[in-house]
Amino acid sequence: MAEQPAHKPAPPRSNARVIRWCLAGVVGMFAFGFALVPLYDVFCDITGINGKTSGRYESTEASAVDMNRTVKVQFLAQNGPDMPWVFRPVLRSVEVHPGEATTVNFYAENPTDRDMVGQAVPSLSPSEGTLYFHKTECFCFNQQPLAAGQNTKMPLVFIVDQDLPSHITKLTLSYTLYDQGEPQVALTNTTIIDNG
Amino acid sequence: MSAVADTHAQDHHHGPASGISRWLLTTNHKDIGTMYLIFSFTMFLLGGTMAMVIRAELFQPGLQIVQPEFFNQMTTMHGLIMVFGAVMPAFVGLANWMIPLMIGAPDMALPRMNNWSFWLLPCAFLILVSTLFMEGGAPNFGWTFYAPLSTTYGPPSTTFFIFAIHIMGVSSIMGAINVIATVLNMRAPGMTLMKMPMFVWTWLITAFLLIAVMPVLAGVVTMMLMDINFGTSFFNAAGGGDPVLFQHVFWFFGHPEVYIMILPAFGAISHIIPAFSRKRLFGYASMVYAVGAIALLSFLVWAHHMFTVGVPVAGQLFFMYATLLIAVPTGVKVFNWVATMFRGSLTFEAPMLFAIAFVILFSIGGFSGLMLAIAPADFQYHDTYFVVAHFHYVLVPGAIFGIFASAYFWLPKWTGHMYDETLAKTHFWLSFIGMNLAFFPMHFLGLAGMPRRIPDYALQFADFNMVSSVGAFMFGSTQLLFLLIVVKCARGGEKAPANPWDGAEGLSGKYPHRRPTTPFPLPQK
Repeated sequence: MAEQPAHKPAPPRSNARVIRWCLAGVVGMFAFGFALVPLYDVFCDITGINGKTSGRYESTEASAVDMNRTVKVQFLAQNGPDMPWVFRPVLRSVEVHPGEATTVNFYAENPTDRDMVGQAVPSLSPSEGTLYFHKTECFCFNQQPLAAGQNTKMPLVFIVDQDLPSHITKLTLSYTLYDQGEPQVALTNTTIIDNG
Repeated sequence: MSAVADTHAQDHHHGPASGISRWLLTTNHKDIGTMYLIFSFTMFLLGGTMAMVIRAELFQPGLQIVQPEFFNQMTTMHGLIMVFGAVMPAFVGLANWMIPLMIGAPDMALPRMNNWSFWLLPCAFLILVSTLFMEGGAPNFGWTFYAPLSTTYGPPSTTFFIFAIHIMGVSSIMGAINVIATVLNMRAPGMTLMKMPMFVWTWLITAFLLIAVMPVLAGVVTMMLMDINFGTSFFNAAGGGDPVLFQHVFWFFGHPEVYIMILPAFGAISHIIPAFSRKRLFGYASMVYAVGAIALLSFLVWAHHMFTVGVPVAGQLFFMYATLLIAVPTGVKVFNWVATMFRGSLTFEAPMLFAIAFVILFSIGGFSGLMLAIAPADFQYHDTYFVVAHFHYVLVPGAIFGIFASAYFWLPKWTGHMYDETLAKTHFWLSFIGMNLAFFPMHFLGLAGMPRRIPDYALQFADFNMVSSVGAFMFGSTQLLFLLIVVKCARGGEKAPANPWDGAEGLSGKYPHRRPTTPFPLPQK
């Protein structure tokens, strides 16, 4: 509590004042609870600790490829709850050199009799490598509409950074595909299927 | 404006109202304290009954008594009721009764809000308990209600659970504001902060913890509410959310909450041990600073509850060391209690027995906490019965024994009568033996790999589980004896002198016993 002005003879403290400060604390901490949500995202984005890979990577210069080093990248694909699609990587794993752009495909098939939209959410393990795994093109950047009975190959173009810590020799990229319901008209135009 | 005088002016005490409205409308800190304590004990028996269901099911391997779905509801409701319904209200009740007496105030600073904050609690728990009878059953996701178990997969009653948490959070926050206003504004002249009794100090710090973290709990359940009912994706990975975020926000509340449940007990024990050692408390200032240090550190250790969800090595090291650091101020407190007893003139009445058991058994719980804090070892212990043993060792002989010790210590002050010492000692020994029988074998079960929150278990765990169940039934049924002792004491018995314990110090012993609705006179300036 702040000290009272000296000329007043020891005035008793006001309850209203204590209540105001306490309520300010309560409101502030309630807001802080919600502020944790964006703070967490920013923190994870900077540190990469929750394995969430970042968005589209724009390579600024043609990076040198480190031919002396090979990193194994494994791919996993799984479905979220109640997602009926067939979803799997075309290749289980590839060996890449840090710095080279590599394209891989994921196979998706909608076996149901209704048009659907899926959204893939990536996760990289070990999370230490998250900051060094760049995607220049990924089907996970957009929602994926797929008509009833259709199948598609969805591309991913990635570069493993040359700065990847040397003790990491293997990265595992896992996608979970979630059902996003019926396609909406606007979304069907953003499709990036039919590649390779 | 002068709040002290205002409060007094609003206090139109012409004797208590009669009948039910005396309790519904009371603004007297003693009445409200009594209601908090009665409510807390009722919830203690209800949560204890659920624990009995759990232990009965775990008496033997296999499914005998309840189905796994109901078992999960029992573990969840037992935890929620014990934390929010038994332990926290008991300490608010003790605060209501004792803080004004200890600091020489006529009542709490905000008596009407005091009434309101109490009466919110029965409403909250009526809602929470009613979920047991709803379609789909009560919450079944554990008292930590991790998303997405509680959001995507929770029963329909989850929304009622969220509402109940909101109400009890409001109640706790109002209680905390009341304590802060009382302690800051209404101390007797000359009672500086560093002259306050330890119980008042610990409660003041607890109140600040409550103000800091209960809103975060309210926030996290609000996010759940929005995820469940309004289509947001705070914790839903499909919509870009993150379930791990839930655990971070929850434990940011959850770890300080642990200290909310123990710090007032620290304070009460710091009165009881000196009284029965007939010495002054050893190291008063270090006790105050230790409580402050524990409270501050409690904000920096939350992720030790979630080492296994994938915290980077640097984070694990930070949270491990920060957690281990808490042992230092806690060790200071234990040292000071022991030093207070050292070469004291000890007698072993029931409050002292509970207090000594508190010091010893809480230390055991603290040590198993240190084991759990070691990140590489935690991967082995996580979600096993070792964790259950640990937190029951800090909460039962910690919080609950602290409350029993306080109750016996202050019952003469509350009722004007002495309690039955023989029965009280019987209560202590049966509780002590029952509690250790119930929870000590859980250490071994956990180290051997028995997972928590599972209604069935492998055959090799059978013997220890049977011992544990017998101890739990013993501990549980003994608490009816406590009820008998308190009722007996309230109805009559040997008249207690104003200061029934000859070693006790402080203002509360200076007041004669009064009819409970009579306010104490204002301190004279």
